[in-house]
Amino acid sequence: MTISVAMTVNGKAVSGKVEARTLLVQFLREHLGMTGTHVGCDTSQCGACVVHVDGKSVKSCTILAVQAEGSKVTTIEGLAASPDKLHPMQEAFRENHALQCGFCTPGMVMSAIDMVKRHNYQLDEATVRRELEGNLCRCTGYHNIVKAILAAAPAMKSAGV
Amino acid sequence: MTAATGIGARVLRTEDKRFLTGTGRYVDDLPLARATYAYFLRSPHAHAKIKSIDVSAAAKLPGVVNIFTGKDLVDAKVGGLICGWVVKDKHGQPHKSPAHPVMAVDTVRYVGDTVAMVVANTYDEAKDAAEAIKVDYDVKTANIDLAKALDKGAPEVHPEAPGNLVYDWEIGVKADVDAAFAKAAHVTKLDLINNRLIPNAMEPRAAAADYDKGTGNYTLWSTSQNPHVLRLILSAFVLGIPEHKLRVVAPDVGGGFGSKIFCYADETMVCWAASRVGRPIKWTAERSESFQTDCHGRDHVTHAELALDKDGKFLALKVETIANMGAYLSTFSTAVPTYLYATLLAGQYTTPLIYANVKAALTHTAPVDAYRGAGRPEATFVIESIVSKAAAEMKIDAAELRRKNFIPSTAFPYQTPVALQYDSGNYPPIIDEAMKIADYKGFEARRAEAKSRGKLRGIGFSSYIEACGLAPSQVIGQLGGGVGQWESAQIKFNPTGNVQVMTGSHSHGQSHETTFAQIIHSKLGVPMEQIEIVHGDTATTPFGMGTYGSRSLAVGGSAIIKATEKIIAKGKKVAAHLMEASVADVEFENGVFKVTGTDKNVPLAQVVFAAYVPHNYPLADTEPGMDENAFYDPANFVYPAGTQICELEIDPETGTTEIVAFTAIDDFGNIINPMIVEGQVHGGIVQGVGQALMEGAVYDKSTGQLISGSYMDYTMPRADNFPSFKLGYKHTPCPHNPLGVKGCGEAGAIASPAAVMNAIHNALAPIGVKHVEMPATPLNVWQSIKGAQRQAAK
Repeated sequence: MTISVAMTVNGKAVSGKVEARTLLVQFLREHLGMTGTHVGCDTSQCGACVVHVDGKSVKSCTILAVQAEGSKVTTIEGLAASPDKLHPMQEAFRENHALQCGFCTPGMVMSAIDMVKRHNYQLDEATVRRELEGNLCRCTGYHNIVKAILAAAPAMKSAGV
Repeated sequence: MTAATGIGARVLRTEDKRFLTGTGRYVDDLPLARATYAYFLRSPHAHAKIKSIDVSAAAKLPGVVNIFTGKDLVDAKVGGLICGWVVKDKHGQPHKSPAHPVMAVDTVRYVGDTVAMVVANTYDEAKDAAEAIKVDYDVKTANIDLAKALDKGAPEVHPEAPGNLVYDWEIGVKADVDAAFAKAAHVTKLDLINNRLIPNAMEPRAAAADYDKGTGNYTLWSTSQNPHVLRLILSAFVLGIPEHKLRVVAPDVGGGFGSKIFCYADETMVCWAASRVGRPIKWTAERSESFQTDCHGRDHVTHAELALDKDGKFLALKVETIANMGAYLSTFSTAVPTYLYATLLAGQYTTPLIYANVKAALTHTAPVDAYRGAGRPEATFVIESIVSKAAAEMKIDAAELRRKNFIPSTAFPYQTPVALQYDSGNYPPIIDEAMKIADYKGFEARRAEAKSRGKLRGIGFSSYIEACGLAPSQVIGQLGGGVGQWESAQIKFNPTGNVQVMTGSHSHGQSHETTFAQIIHSKLGVPMEQIEIVHGDTATTPFGMGTYGSRSLAVGGSAIIKATEKIIAKGKKVAAHLMEASVADVEFENGVFKVTGTDKNVPLAQVVFAAYVPHNYPLADTEPGMDENAFYDPANFVYPAGTQICELEIDPETGTTEIVAFTAIDDFGNIINPMIVEGQVHGGIVQGVGQALMEGAVYDKSTGQLISGSYMDYTMPRADNFPSFKLGYKHTPCPHNPLGVKGCGEAGAIASPAAVMNAIHNALAPIGVKHVEMPATPLNVWQSIKGAQRQAAK
């Protein structure tokens, strides 16, 4: 049995027919072909699948596609204003070598943006490290991810995003 | 070339943009029209006979396209998976080599062993159908506990390996070592366990395959660190598909750490079944499958003894190790605890006599193979643990004892007693720098201050050496390795002047698309944006050995240098013709050919154009085109070395350890991009600290169930487990490769477990704790503290 689902993804209205068990991440990857959001585990620990649903960071493997009905979803593909203008968080990740294999990166970036906003652009190292609890990276040792997020917070504030 | 983008510059990465915008292309991302999806039924038992497999109900379920079992492979005469390194035991006999069927035929030997493959229209349908397969198992007793795996009467894993012994191997002369021990003023003894780890690259392993009926060509997309080697193994040994009819593509790969070197059952099945199914097949491991079926790492039980004279000079080292191979011998498993382990036991020291005995054991657990460092972390952990223990016993400062025994800088090249000849190094300035940055002098004051807060503070050293950049092919061959260990490069200029560089190395986080481009930019003067580094596809790159053992820059980078030399040599001939000069008078600098002592010059781009449009060209003795291949076989391994210092605090009430400072000073030879190198060190340190403090693959000793089989049970290092790291470098260039580089990918993980554990022992020694095993979890530390307190109360 399939269920119709409709939502807004990166500003575009999308719809599809899914099984009741279809996860949001499966809907994004398999139905919409938006493969920027990754799946790194099956227990909602790794955070590679983090997207924003109605402005909040959500592990897209923990909610069903039908639960996102009518929501506004933002994925890693929807962050950059244009191909040449990255979001300040993306830019900070690049400037600070905060990614290596790139697999955890989409989730890291999405979590980090939410973190900066929740803390009103005011972060310190201990807070960033604690708040990254839900995102695993096996390459970078987190060192440069922490640096990138600390650098992005003021950049996001001045860019007004 | 500009200083901002050439060799040595902190160039931002070319590959970042696609990864940051969600446009990377990993195997699971590939759109394959008409794809089917595979799900593998895995054994729930560690050891069982398969009495029967009934797929009839499953085959009738919606969407099921095909179901394969081990019997289908036997009928199709598919070969088994191979171990590519023959280790000869101490009697000169090759190791026991039990069969490794791609899917189990009549016996399952670990939880996760592959039993059946279901192919269906969707992944969920395949998974649903797998649940309907009825397997009748006759469950047998499993051999799980490594320390007892070789005991008489232990359950046998394979009849081809009686007593579960794969080999009993040794290096060094035991009698000489024993004689040195007899004269020693002090002997330090140590029993330790090098805990089993699960690599956990963030991208789970995945495979997809397509078969073209018209041409008979197979394409296999795989999360591989070495697509050419995978193709070679599948063609020559397992599937028999002629090498030229199989293309293996490893596109963007989300981390490897060794676990994606090997040829696995699932990717083999996906490839084999593609022609039977007649549609493309996709498979991606769920994380729980990764835990069960990725090759695990480490897993040693070791007894070591160090003999010292009265002044603390090392006289001899004796090491006995049992190494776990798991249930089957994975691709390079046999080499890891021998040639990549015992040959490193000299460390940075002049220990004149070393004897090591390694027994490799089969158990009913997942196969064990190379994992970041592969043998060298195990060796470093033995040496650096026993050296610090000896220092504590003899009441000599841990740094002082190391310094007293360092190989002097004047002694290079230095022949160790365990086969390797170190090419270069200068160890004392490294430890000096590390101690300065870590403020070693101020440690006792910090310890006292911590004590006033009820915390136990400790400091620990680890001075590592590694042999990497594998390596001279002839040496590898003499040691039993089944492949060459050179690397390839092709530099192909296009008529418009931009260039594609095909490398046999593979980048899965190592940043080759940037660093290799920096080399080309520096040597040929081509702007960075006009250079494309191409890797990971057997159809477009020359045969190459791939990326592991910190070899890509030292070997693959050297191949690129050789290819640039050929480009320059050919370019000089063309330039000489264009400038009407003698070839001997032409020099090349910053992308321009010049006639020495004149202002005549012609840029490389113009030479390239002339080579493709050879209207005015020395055709009599020079072929058109600007496309050169090179293969580089190194003269020796490279020998990165360094010292790490870990400082930590333990809360004795909870057993919790907090790392408060971590310093790493490394000698990686010349550095192409310091930003990239720092990233490699950061990641390595965290993996090593993960081993020391939290990670551990745990099997239930009676049932063989993998207890640590998910991220809820296997503790991964997280951001808040660490402070920011302090790094530094002391360079001694490698004397035998053209870039003067050593490897940096594994160093962090090789050194850090010993630094952490030495710090823990240093912190706990004042309260009488003698030994803590890895992982030093809060429970483990707390129990050690309580044990010491009970002992003191007696």
